[in-house]
Amino acid sequence: MTTRHSPRSIDRYSPSERLNHWITAITFLMLAFSGLALFHPSMFWFTQVFGGPTWTRILHPYIGVVMFVSFSLLAFKFWRHNFLTRNDIVWLRRIGDVVRNREEGLPEVDRYNAGQKLLFWTMIGTISLLLLTGIVIWRPWFAHYFPIDIVRLALLLHAVCAFVIICGIIVHIYAAIWIKGTLGAMVRGTVTRAWARKHHPGWYKQVTEGEKH
Amino acid sequence: MALQSLDIVRRSATTTPSPQQRQTTEVAKLIDVTKCIGCKACQSACMEWNDLREEVGINEGSYTNPHDLTANSWTLMRFAETEENGTLEWLIRKDGCMHCADPGCLKACPSPGAIIQYANGIVDFHEENCIGCGYCIAGCPFDIPRLSEKDSKVYKCTLCSDRVAVGLEPACIKACPTQALVFGSKEDMIEHANERIADLKERGFENAGLYDPPGVGGTHVMYVLHHADKPELYNDLPKDPVISPTVGLWKGIFKPLATAAIFFTALAGFFHYVTVGPNETEEEDEEKKP
Repeated sequence: MTTRHSPRSIDRYSPSERLNHWITAITFLMLAFSGLALFHPSMFWFTQVFGGPTWTRILHPYIGVVMFVSFSLLAFKFWRHNFLTRNDIVWLRRIGDVVRNREEGLPEVDRYNAGQKLLFWTMIGTISLLLLTGIVIWRPWFAHYFPIDIVRLALLLHAVCAFVIICGIIVHIYAAIWIKGTLGAMVRGTVTRAWARKHHPGWYKQVTEGEKH
Repeated sequence: MALQSLDIVRRSATTTPSPQQRQTTEVAKLIDVTKCIGCKACQSACMEWNDLREEVGINEGSYTNPHDLTANSWTLMRFAETEENGTLEWLIRKDGCMHCADPGCLKACPSPGAIIQYANGIVDFHEENCIGCGYCIAGCPFDIPRLSEKDSKVYKCTLCSDRVAVGLEPACIKACPTQALVFGSKEDMIEHANERIADLKERGFENAGLYDPPGVGGTHVMYVLHHADKPELYNDLPKDPVISPTVGLWKGIFKPLATAAIFFTALAGFFHYVTVGPNETEEEDEEKKP
């Protein structure tokens, strides 16, 4: 790894990882807004952003395929950091302290905390299901190949998975606003040493090991 | 197309009342299957009035032609051979939109005003608002709407809403030579059906009855069947049609609840920020420890 550590900051995400993340993020937002537009009439006006309601219907599944590919690369890159450990269970039991910013005595967090890991697996599950159900309901190309009951089930599952992932991503975005110093990791690729020690001490130890000659 | 814009009882993907100041009589088409001779005049009249033409197809061993409803063929005579009462029966059913009182297509449609239900009971598609998602196809318990390959819009029987709006009967009714098809107020049609059913029962069809399925709130196209106990004999006319529970869940409780939950999740984030506040890293520590 070509990591570059200055006295104040540590590399967390490479330029290609950032690019990959933001392609996923942009396509996700487009999908969320175009999908919500067709989910509840109160949000139908979002269709105007996509060039009208018919264009929204046409574009949504193609954007979905782009996001699936982009997310797959991201998942392939990060999956090994996302296995839940015993520490994570303790961390989750003390989620009340976490949201109250009371961090004393919380178990040591590695590259990702339990919340991030759970979101990762939620995304793996929902995005896979969204792709599969999305193909089943994709008109005019594929929907007519499936029995109508399967199409109906796919429509419901697609909406449920979308709901779960949208709520998950709202938490994800909010966490980046709430935990100061996080956004820089995905924008410039770096975090401060103090941030790493505070939020991901296990990871901090690993990446700074090589520095002690 | 809407000529009767003051009597809309329901409009797809719309949460406020539609223009409904004008009250009209509920209408119905009664299809007396027992009087139908399978001449297909109704099919021709439908295409004629709506100015559509079906492609010339091929014979696959049945009189049913074309083989299915299409974006051009909004009504179709379906032929079935069965052995009821120990004798061969040739059952012919004119298939097409049933104009449900509780239309699954309208419930499923995400595009405001693409599907309209008039006070007279007609459920009409306004294709200029159709976005081609096909949700109505999933919503329909009768497998009626057809997505056009030409323009990706969905088409089906309008019950000649344009003709009915100006006091004419639907084109198929006008063309029927045996009065197997009649049109009028729903009340009158039920009365007429009951006379027919009494007559059929007298002639040995003990299970003759009216098909006006309550599962979809009743329909504005009704059948008189000789075997009302077995509607599936007539090319799988559903026995107890209802909007699929899957669609009901998706477009019923889940839609408003999920929308509210998404809104409140975002709101919870904001309230967390203004109460608990951000989690900041003390950067001063950093300067001390190199």
